Amino acid sequence: MKPFSWIVTALALAVSVGAPAQQKSAADGIAEYRRMLEDGNPAELFEAKGEDLWKTARGPKKATLQRCDLGLGPGVVKGAWVQMPRWFADTQRVQDLESRLLTCMETLQGFDAAEIAKTGFDKGEQATLAALAAWISAESRGQKLALPQAHAEEKRFFELGKRAFFFRGGPMDFSCASCHGEAGKRIRLQDLPDLTKNPGDGIGFAAWPAYRVSSGEMWSMQRRLNDCYRQQRFPYPGFASDVTIALGVYMGVNAQGAKSIAPALKR
Amino acid sequence: MQRKHTLFALAALAAVATTGLVTGCASRPTPADLDAQALAMIKASFRDQGIAKVDRLNQDLGQAACSADKPPSDDVALRVEAEALASIRWPAGGQYIGDWREGEKLAQNGRGMTWTDSSAAPSANGAQCYNCHQIGKQEISFGTIGPSLYNYGKMRGVKDVADPDSAPIVQYTWGKLWNSKAYAACSNMPRFGHARLLDEQQLRHLMALLLDPKSPVNQ
Amino acid sequence: MADPMRIRAQVAGDKATVRVLMSHEMETGLRKDAAGKAIPAWYIQEVSAKLNGKSVLTAEWGASVSKNPFLQFSVRGAKLGDKVAVTWKDNKGDTRTDEATVS
Repeated sequence: MKPFSWIVTALALAVSVGAPAQQKSAADGIAEYRRMLEDGNPAELFEAKGEDLWKTARGPKKATLQRCDLGLGPGVVKGAWVQMPRWFADTQRVQDLESRLLTCMETLQGFDAAEIAKTGFDKGEQATLAALAAWISAESRGQKLALPQAHAEEKRFFELGKRAFFFRGGPMDFSCASCHGEAGKRIRLQDLPDLTKNPGDGIGFAAWPAYRVSSGEMWSMQRRLNDCYRQQRFPYPGFASDVTIALGVYMGVNAQGAKSIAPALKR
Repeated sequence: MQRKHTLFALAALAAVATTGLVTGCASRPTPADLDAQALAMIKASFRDQGIAKVDRLNQDLGQAACSADKPPSDDVALRVEAEALASIRWPAGGQYIGDWREGEKLAQNGRGMTWTDSSAAPSANGAQCYNCHQIGKQEISFGTIGPSLYNYGKMRGVKDVADPDSAPIVQYTWGKLWNSKAYAACSNMPRFGHARLLDEQQLRHLMALLLDPKSPVNQ
Repeated sequence: MADPMRIRAQVAGDKATVRVLMSHEMETGLRKDAAGKAIPAWYIQEVSAKLNGKSVLTAEWGASVSKNPFLQFSVRGAKLGDKVAVTWKDNKGDTRTDEATVS
């Protein structure tokens, strides 16, 4: 064997034996996988569907959602997502997007909001909500979270959300804070954002709704909170119930100024 | 004449100011009000689903004490820890150690106790240890919510679990697994024995994973 | 009729990069439902792309391609204003064609 090629082979062997620690390459590998996924987010398919559903006359009243007020006036969609949840004078309630869509689907289109709230995710009109959430959040893509805290009820819901966030319960004594109360932690290899503060652009509250590749599903914030509570071993949170809205206020206000990347792409 | 007007004006101002104060207090809830409102909101927002019933929202002393963004006072924390310590059930026959191979399987398994699980029996549950801890060196998919347990027994000088010198560590480890709050009132770790998540035999297997000198954790 | 594809075609130099998102369940046929019955296979078998009516790509897919598949390819000689048409056909005989303009 020629001396040069022998040296090359020896060097190659040396490099492979002295390879970096397993942890770094696993994290690198996952980061690379996530970068590869960034292009072609199937959430776009849901955005297209959502825009269509907003503009189509549907329901017993055969009406579109184009007069739905998401907080910036009837029919104004651009910029509305990053200011929710917020207080609505017509319902005298603090509402998040899904709750507000239930209101509009009932008052404008004649759907039964209670029925939709009872329907399982991705079925019937719940699929409509997921698509609408994808499109409406897309209309605020890149904008900074700016939830209003002017109304007394908005402030109260922030305080209620904070208490709900730290509420320990269930057979494992978990609260939201158990996983999301500290920076720099992860569960298995999944990084956990600290939701008591602003975790940064496109992270935490600013990263949902999102398309989940592992299950091929479009998840709204309500869906994300539902699965959080399932993993916390809590009982079942009512769809668009006050505790879910209050948590949205708490997380959203904490993340004030963070850029929304919704609808995002998740593992 | 002027003094009377001034006095009247002052009185009127005082009346308005007092009214304003009273109105202000009535419309702004106190922290205690908000605590009560939050509790009521939580209770009203959930329903039963599968094995996950709303009674899971009933908090015991420790859960309630550790539900704020600040830790509880020292005396409350000590009370929680004392109650937790007293709740520990030591293993039958003084047998602390099982099979580390079974322990590793349990440590890898994160299932159980959710509303999509069909049974709440310990046999249906995993110990989910790798969710929060590094344990064996081979497993790179580990969490960092809890400290690393790699070389757990070795680092603590446990060469023979039957040796009386090892007893304090063996008992502490069992106690921590049974009721983690015995040693830290607001520990993030579930109370595996006390909450009936795992049974004695499963806990013995986890003990072996951590303390058996032959366990890969201690190589 | 299946949901429309999202197609974007961007020109850079003498090539155009075409990105396609297809809406399809891509069921492998190996999954079982809650009752234990196998969910029938339902996936795209053929994909083809045309540039101004001329075939530039054909592909045979199988069950291993994921749900809502994303396809990216580059075409040489594409110019601004050219028409890109993408067609898929699945194992049930269902088919869909969508078009986009190179921009």
